[in-house]
Amino acid sequence: MSAADTPKRSMRTPLGRVRNLGAAHSGTSDFWRQRITGVAMTLLMIPALVIIMMLLGRNQVYAAQTLSSIPVAVILLLFIFASAWHMKIGMQVVIEDYVHNEKLKLVSVMLNNFFSIGVALASTYAILKLSSGV
Amino acid sequence: MVEFALPKNSKITGGKTWPKPAGATELREFKVYRWNPDDGKNPSVDTYYVDTNDCGPMVLDGLIWIKNNIDPSLTFRRSCREGVCGSCAMNIDGQNTLACTRSMHDVKDGAVKINPLPHQPVVKDLVPDLTNFYAQYASIEPWLKTTSPTPQKEWRQTHEDREKLDGLYECILCACCSTSCPSYWWNSDRYLGPAALLQANRWVSDSRDEATGERLDNLEDPFRLYRCHTIMNCAKACPKGLNPAEAIAELKLKMVERQI
Repeated sequence: MSAADTPKRSMRTPLGRVRNLGAAHSGTSDFWRQRITGVAMTLLMIPALVIIMMLLGRNQVYAAQTLSSIPVAVILLLFIFASAWHMKIGMQVVIEDYVHNEKLKLVSVMLNNFFSIGVALASTYAILKLSSGV
Repeated sequence: MVEFALPKNSKITGGKTWPKPAGATELREFKVYRWNPDDGKNPSVDTYYVDTNDCGPMVLDGLIWIKNNIDPSLTFRRSCREGVCGSCAMNIDGQNTLACTRSMHDVKDGAVKINPLPHQPVVKDLVPDLTNFYAQYASIEPWLKTTSPTPQKEWRQTHEDREKLDGLYECILCACCSTSCPSYWWNSDRYLGPAALLQANRWVSDSRDEATGERLDNLEDPFRLYRCHTIMNCAKACPKGLNPAEAIAELKLKMVERQI
C-alpha cells in the first residue's frame, strides 16, 4: 500500500464516514445497460460468429460483397456496439473495485472510455467502408 | 490499489502450544488466532487441546473450556449460546459462522482452526472491530418511517405483505455475510455490504413503511449498492440460512422497476 492509499486518520463519526458525500443517485442505468448489452451479445453471438466463419480465408472482394448485405452489416454493427458498451461498463466496474487512488482511478476510467469508444468507432468505420465498397 | 497481502504487522507468526490437559482421554486440537494490542507483537496462532469429554459439543463450548481451564487471557465475544445474538461470529475452518451453532465434530481434518472475522480491524484475539459495520446498518435507517397520522392501535398489514418480510427479518447482524464478501473486503468504506443491504430491503419491502422511494434514493449509488457482483459468499456464510444476495437482487430490481 502506497502512502497515497493509506487511509488518513479522521475524527468524523462512523455514521458521518459512511454517509460521506451521500448517494450519487446513479448506477442503475449502467446496471440496466450492462444487462441489455449482455442479452444483445448473447443473441448476436451466433449470427456474428457465422458471418466471421464465412469470411475466414476469403479475400477482400468476397468480404466486401458479404458485408454489402444490409442485414449482415447491421448484425456486425450491433454486435460491435453492444460489445464495446458492455466492455466499457465491465471494465469500469473492475477499475472501481480495485483502484483506490482517486487520481489513478479518474485517469483509468477516462482511458477506458477513450479505448472503448476508439475500438467501437474503428470497427464501425471498417465495416462501413467494406460494406459500402469504398 | 487494493491490498492483496497482509500488512507487515498483521503477518501471522508461530504461536505457543499449550500443554495437553492431564488425564484427558479424548482430545481435540484447537488452533486459535491470538493478537494482543498491548504487547506490540505480530499475531500468532496458539495450539490448545480440549478435553471433549469435559465440554459441550460446539466450537464455542471448546473456546469457553479453553478460557476456563487453560488460558483465561483468550478473548472472544459470546452471549446467548444458541444462534440468536450473533456475538460469537468468527471464522471457523475457513468459513464465517457462529461458534455456538457449529459443532466441533463437523470440522473435519484435524485441528479446529479459528480466526476472527476476515478483513476487519482486530480489537483483540477473536474480537473484530465492527464500528463501520454498525454505522452502515444505522445509515439505512432501520425503523418504520411514516408521515400518515399514527393509527390508534397498530399499523396494519395483510398476511401476504407480512410474508414478504420472511427471509429478511431473521437477520441477527452477526456480520458473517459482509465479512465473507470480497467486494466488501475491497470497498467496505463505500459499499454497504450484504447485511446492511438485506436490512435495507427488509424496510423497502415493508408495506407499512411510507419512505420506500426515499430509501431507494439513499441506496442508488455505484458503490453503496452496485458493488454487489452476486458472488454469493454471503448466502453460503449466513448461519441463519438467509440469502442476502437475493435481497440485494430484489433491491436492484426495484431500482430498475421505478425507471422503466
